[in-house]
Amino acid sequence: MYEFKYHRPSTVRQAANLLAKHEDAKLIAGGHTLVPVMKQRLAAPSDIIDLSHIEGVDGIEIKGRSLVIGALAKHADVASSPTVAEAIPALAELAGLIGDPAVRHKGTIGGSLANNDPTADYPAAVMALGATIVTNKRKLKPEEFFQGLFTTALESDEIITKVSFPLPKKAAYQKFRNQASRYALVGVFVARLPSGVRVTVTGAGQDGVFRVEAFEEALKKRFLPKALDGIDVSPDGLNSDLHGSAEYRAHLIGVLAKRAVDAANNRA
Amino acid sequence: MAKVSMIVNGNPVAKNIDPRTLLVQFLREELRLTGTHVGCDTSQCGACVVHLDGKAVKACTTLAVMADGHEVKTIEGLAADGAPLHPMQEAFREHHGLQCGFCTPGMIMTAIDIVHRKGHDLEDHVIREELEGNLCRCTGYQNIVASIAAGAKAMENSDLA
Ligand SMILES: Cc1cc2nc3c(=O)[nH]c(=O)nc-3n(C[C@H](O)[C@H](O)[C@H](O)COP(=O)(O)OP(=O)(O)OC[C@H]3O[C@@H](n4cnc5c(N)ncnc54)[C@H](O)[C@@H]3O)c2cc1C
Ligand code: FES
Ligand code: FES
Repeated sequence: MYEFKYHRPSTVRQAANLLAKHEDAKLIAGGHTLVPVMKQRLAAPSDIIDLSHIEGVDGIEIKGRSLVIGALAKHADVASSPTVAEAIPALAELAGLIGDPAVRHKGTIGGSLANNDPTADYPAAVMALGATIVTNKRKLKPEEFFQGLFTTALESDEIITKVSFPLPKKAAYQKFRNQASRYALVGVFVARLPSGVRVTVTGAGQDGVFRVEAFEEALKKRFLPKALDGIDVSPDGLNSDLHGSAEYRAHLIGVLAKRAVDAANNRA
Repeated sequence: MAKVSMIVNGNPVAKNIDPRTLLVQFLREELRLTGTHVGCDTSQCGACVVHLDGKAVKACTTLAVMADGHEVKTIEGLAADGAPLHPMQEAFREHHGLQCGFCTPGMIMTAIDIVHRKGHDLEDHVIREELEGNLCRCTGYQNIVASIAAGAKAMENSDLA
């Protein structure tokens, strides 16, 4: 790890000021992406701004027709929260599938979204549910926020403070785990919303999370696994690596989408 | 340099450290608590698992400065020198849950975390799923799973948490 200066702000505003002041500064939340990257010397921030001592940004609550989760909420908190389990059980399940128990005790939803790893789980839920990403400056829709591989719309002094998920009628997440890393080889999130149906895929796309409109159209007519029969996903633009070819991933997307619809329907 | 102070195994410690210091380095090199091991150094193997405010975390992926003001418990904190072993340690001894012992401190800290979250009656498949972040290269896991199931039960009637 290269040398850096360490800062510990106690408010979001202080953190934003520090970010603005130091050109090569980086925020740290759970550190479970940033610390490994720094250990490999793939990042050399001059200053590290520790968000973990800021209070009041890790809450989980229902506000009107939305579930609001603070950026510093840990994966384990989301996975075990009775509020999440009741409002959007698919989201609790998704959080419980991230990494392993010790990783879930440190990693945060804000860190995961800011990082926008193409194989991360949360982006699938955020885009499928049409969630709003709230920062210290503005509110962003998933389509503007996610901008491809490890890239988001976040500006250099912008900090995610919370994520607001509108409550779906039905939703489910199905993940095919990479056996070694436990990241998603393919993950499919299906949500039936008052406004329609959304199907998103993580782990498979070269540019990160994406929607499958052909599936959405079919499921809007009939929200049943059968509705997806005969609709193939093209392997174009999908990842191909030693864990699975683009064709294999394309096939998995169809299989997992059907399972997700089934799971969503069976959840009463 | 950065000043850190925390409670480690019940004792307050304060040191001036390079902010780059990982929690596992801090424990092993500054405090000489060498029961916490480094296996992979990439957050995969769980040899470095300690409890931070009562929850299992990987000390190789945590900066020591991030533990400032918090409580850390390591394998050395489970039972005092000369005192009887913690029931989970005793269960690993009794059920041959270790061979070389390298992964064992991390396994035991993870096992106790599982009991805190999932209770004392643990089915084998639950233990196996919960162990996904801990790797052992010697045992084949059968005896680790048996040890954790027995240790979880024994913890029910013990004062040691
Ligand atoms: C062994 C292992 C297995 C994993 N498996 C999975 C998995 O299966 N699925 C999965 O989705 N993830 C997985 N992860 C990633 C894990 O979930 C990370 O914790 C998470 O992606 C990053 O969150 P963090 O809080 O640790 O962020 P950090 O590492 O602290 O930060 C990550 C990045 O986000 C920025 N950042 C952090 N918080 C904010 C904020 N509030 N606003 C703006 N920017 C911010 C930081 O500056 C940094 O660039 C795994 C990690 C490990 C180590
Ligand atoms: S040394 Fe920390 S997980 Fe392997
Ligand atoms: S007992 Fe040798 S690594 Fe587990």
